[in-house]
Parts: sequence; structure tokens; C-alpha cells
Amino acid sequence: MKIVRGHHRVLIQGITGKQGTFWTERMQEYGTNVVGGVNPKKAGTTHCGVPVFASAALAMKEVEFDVSVLFIPPLGVKDAALDAIEAGAKNLCILTEHIPVQDVMVFLAAAQDKGTSITGPNTAGSVTIGECFTGFMPAFNERIFKKGAVGVMSRSGSLGTLMCQNIVSAGYGQSAFIGIGGDPIIGTTTSQALEALDNFEDTEAVVIVGEIGGAMEEDAALYAKTMSKPVIAFIAGGAAPPGKKMGHAGAIVLGDKGTYKSKKEALEGAGVTVLDTPSDVGKVLKDRLKA
Amino acid sequence: MNFEEYAGKPLLKAAGIAVPDGKLATMSDEAADAFDAIGPCVVKAQVPTGKRGKAGGIKIADSADEARAAAEAILGMDIAGHTVASVLVEGRSEIRREYYAAVMNSPETKGPMVLFSALGGMDIEEAAAQDADAVRRHPVDVRDGFSAADGERMLDGLDLDGAQVEIAGILAKLYTAYRENDAELLEINPLAMTHKGLMALDCKFVMDDSAIKRHQELAATGTPERLTGLELRGEGAGIKYIELDGDVGVLANGAGLTMTTMDVVRHHGGRPANFCEIGGAAYTKAQAALEMVLDKPGVKSLVVNFCGAFARCEVMMEGLLNAWDEIKPDIPVFFSIAGTGDEEAIAMLKDRLGIDPLPDMDAACKAAVDAAREGSK
Repeated sequence: MKIVRGHHRVLIQGITGKQGTFWTERMQEYGTNVVGGVNPKKAGTTHCGVPVFASAALAMKEVEFDVSVLFIPPLGVKDAALDAIEAGAKNLCILTEHIPVQDVMVFLAAAQDKGTSITGPNTAGSVTIGECFTGFMPAFNERIFKKGAVGVMSRSGSLGTLMCQNIVSAGYGQSAFIGIGGDPIIGTTTSQALEALDNFEDTEAVVIVGEIGGAMEEDAALYAKTMSKPVIAFIAGGAAPPGKKMGHAGAIVLGDKGTYKSKKEALEGAGVTVLDTPSDVGKVLKDRLKA
Repeated sequence: MNFEEYAGKPLLKAAGIAVPDGKLATMSDEAADAFDAIGPCVVKAQVPTGKRGKAGGIKIADSADEARAAAEAILGMDIAGHTVASVLVEGRSEIRREYYAAVMNSPETKGPMVLFSALGGMDIEEAAAQDADAVRRHPVDVRDGFSAADGERMLDGLDLDGAQVEIAGILAKLYTAYRENDAELLEINPLAMTHKGLMALDCKFVMDDSAIKRHQELAATGTPERLTGLELRGEGAGIKYIELDGDVGVLANGAGLTMTTMDVVRHHGGRPANFCEIGGAAYTKAQAALEMVLDKPGVKSLVVNFCGAFARCEVMMEGLLNAWDEIKPDIPVFFSIAGTGDEEAIAMLKDRLGIDPLPDMDAACKAAVDAAREGSK
């Protein structure tokens, strides 16, 4: 995946809705280069100061875009995403929660064929600090996001926000934040986001905010092992009651992966410091960046 | 959403996979009647959990009286915390060999995965854990689908007593049923070679919750989650609420932050009383959420942890303060507030209740844990 930059041209699918409008305005104020929007019913009008098109395909012809941010209800996302992928988008930010998983599979497969990178679904978005943001992150809040050298990635928007605030109040700042999304099947994985942050300019350390379930943190540990920069992680859900299990397939495929213990062991084995609580991040950053 | 065996099997049948004749019975006389229609049968508890056989929830019957007695014994039985309310009375088959077949959503390949093992039956998980080759896995490109020819390739080289082609056909049908019903998991264990040919003797179907709205009729036959009174209230109000056994109430936004608030309460030696999150589209529902958290008996303190991203702190705070005026909580409440709209929310809190938030969530959780301990004395 590639981190979105200030010069990238951004399309907003679903720009005219209440949330689409509110967050497009915030993105524009922060510096995101919004070049157009999509709503088939309002094509030809101007909204938030940019032209509205009937489809991403038409938007591509008229204004060319690199990235599309989707403010689209769950059952409409598949078609909207395919529209943007077919149009040649380099990057999609899919915020919607509760998209049927088999719809997600369809557009992820299409994206892979076309070389489109997807963050989400069910992400709160990403922030390139001081440049631009996509989605609905409070990028503009200076107590949460401040230009610095810590790359942050999170499955959860609210917890990622909290971690960023802790980093700033400890006297550090971030290079970029990537929200990868809370769904079990997502485009950009923990490992891919970690790699993108590792390679992103001025990043000296990376913080992973993970959760129990799935095997993404275990996979990311393999990449972390190859890194020279310090990596710090917090895994949410250590105290969560175990979920009910139905059928055998999950156990057959996942084995022992997915638990708090499995993730902590895999990460620590790769030299990652695993935090007991998000409030410890400042203290640990201080130790790890000094070393 | 989970479906019990009797509700999952019609999907297999509709896809052209053979299943035994069966009737659902909620009273023992109905089981006897079912025997008269079906003949020698198996009486199976219908509960949303595995290991029914080992718990005594599956019995065979060779007469109407035996079917009645079996149903009497099983109905009302407790299996892993589930009271058996119905039994499936099914024609019995002579089993020659048991296989395992499933189609599931695979996060690893980001697509469907077809699974097959020649070692079906009750110990499939153990077999798979011991020998990775015991289960064949075939990742599918969801746009291409999975044909009987794909099935034959997948089964190539396995000793299946000459049933390769027939099983491959069943795998393709199973895949079709998985796709048409937005399954998260559709599993047959065992897929049995019987004297009448291959049959699905059990079925596990889990529907993707996000797809329920396009399968309303089918979803009505699913098993609703077993919820406590408060959890049902949460569902009605569109708030995810899970009742737990502790005494520190937790109210936060977003699943990740709520889970973490619980972790931190535990980290400081406390026990969370609930999981309650008002993130996503539910962030305007702080009022109903506060009522529910406080209505749980035995809650001694409360931590409110807001970290606004999409959910704006001042909107959540407004709902919470409205509820506060009505409820006037009589337990100590500790706040941590950050993110979108935090300054406004903090000002509102100070203005209307004269309360300052704690500097971070650890401080708020720790204060709530200490207060709960104090309240227990």
C-alpha cells in the first residue's frame, strides 16, 4: 500500500450526504486535495466547491483522481468500489461498517487484479500528519495529531485516536496514521501497513494497535522481525470473554492463532514491546528510541 | 447468525445435496408420530453447540415407543448451558464412511475457502491439529466460483472408494449454497457414505450478520443469540451491550476502545460489569446506554471513556447529560474524554455537573476500580 500524500487527487463517493459533507469540509480544511464527488442524482452540480459526477468513471475522465473515499451505505459499497476500481483508482478508503463479507471479497479480488490498494472496510481513515487525511479521523486536533516520527496503525478508530493522543501528550508526534479497519476481511493488512510505515519518510518507530481475533498480528510479527526501527504494540481484548465457537472450520484453519497470548508471544518473539495499557506508550517510546 | 441443524439442512437439500428425511418435534408424542412416518431413526437435540452426542443428546430408536422415550429424555436436557426445546427425528442410515466438507470465509486469502477431509466425524479438529495434510484446502476466487471440475482437482489422489466424482459434485453444490445464502460458514460433518449413497448427516450454517437484511425470510429461521434482559434492551435500542459479572460499569465508544477500557479495568484489579459501546452509528444513543449500564444490579462505579473520531464527544456528552438529569446516578462516575469534540464535551461536563475528566483512561479506570472496592466495604 502507499500512504496518501497532499498532492494526491481525492474523489469523495457519497459527497452530498450529511457525513460526506461534514467530513469533506474537514478534509479540505486540513489540506486534502479533493477534486470531485460522486452522486448520480446530483451529477452536474457543485458541492463543497467541487464538481459532482454520476460515477467514478466519469469523474476520472473529467478531473482524474488517485484516491477515492467512500461514504456509501453497506449494500451500495460493492458497486461503488467496483466503479472506482474499474476507473483506475490507485487507492480506496472504505469507511462503511457492516458490508456483507462476500461483497467485500468481490471488490478486493477486483482491486488486486487492477493494482488498487484498499484500506478498510470499517476503517476510520488515515492521516498523513500536516498534509492531508482521508475518512473521519480528528486529524485537525493538535492534542491528538502532531508532526513527528512515530508511525501508527490501528484496527480501531477510537483506540487509534486514543493511542495518538497518548503519543502527543508524551511529547512525541506522528509521521502517519493508517486505520486498517476492524472487519475480519480487509484490504490492507497489519503487516502491509507496518511495511508502509517502515518505509515512510522520517519514521523512527512504529506503534501497532491490534485486537484479538484473526492472525494479522502474528503475520505482522514476521515483518517486524526484519525491521531495524523499534516497534511497539498494544493488543485490545486481553480481558474479553471468549467468544462462542460454531463449527470446526475456524479451529482447523486458525489453530491456536488469534488469542491474546498467541499475538503477544509472536510479537515479543520478534522484538516488539507489547504494552499492558495504551497509557504506557510514552514511557516505552522514550526507552526504545533512546536505545 | 447461527442456524441449528434442522434450519440449515433445507439449504443443502435446496442445493441438491441429499439429507435424511426428518421431522422437528417439540413434544415426545410428535417424535412417536415422526417414527411412524420415517421408520428406524435418530433423535437429535437441536441446540446451537457442538458435542451433542457426547452429552447424550443423540439417541437411536427402532420403534415409536423408543422414539417417544428418546425425545422425552432429550427434551429439557441441558447441553452446554442450552435447554433443549426441540429434537430432529431423522431416518437412520447405515454409515460406511464419514467425510468432512465445508466452505468458509477465509481472512487469510480474502475469499472463500473450500475444505475437505477424508477423516470426517467427531474428531476432525484433533485430526487436523495432528496432521496438516488431513484437511485439503482450496482457496476460491469469488468471481470465478467453484465447479465440480474444481472439486475433482481438489480431491485428486485421495482414496475415496471411488466416490471422487460424486463428492466433487457435492462440494460444488455446497459452494453454491454458501454463496446464495451469504454464509460465513456452511459445514457438513459428517458427509456420510451410506447404503443410500452420500448424505449430509449434520449441517452447520452461520450467516454473515451484515447480510441478514437481504435474507429476511431465511434469517427468521435462525437461532437468536441468547440475551439477558439488559442485552435485549440494548439490541432494541441499537446498542451493543454484553452483561458481565463485575461491578465496574463501562461506557465507551467503538469496539476497540470499549474492549481496551475493560482490559485496563482488569489491569488495575477491577472487574468490568459490562461491555457497552456506542460507536459507529450508535453514537447518538448515549442516553439509552447510560440507563442500561446503571440499571445492572451491583454496579458500584462507572467509567465513561470517550475518544471521538467519527463519533463526536460533544454529541455523546449531550446524550449522556440528558440521561443524567433524569437518572441522577448515585454511584461515582469517572470520565476520560479525548478526540473530536473533546473541548466542547469537557466544557459541558464542567458546566452542567461541575465534574472534571481525569487526565487519561488509566486514571479514570483506576479511580473507578478504587471506588468500586470502596463501595464493596
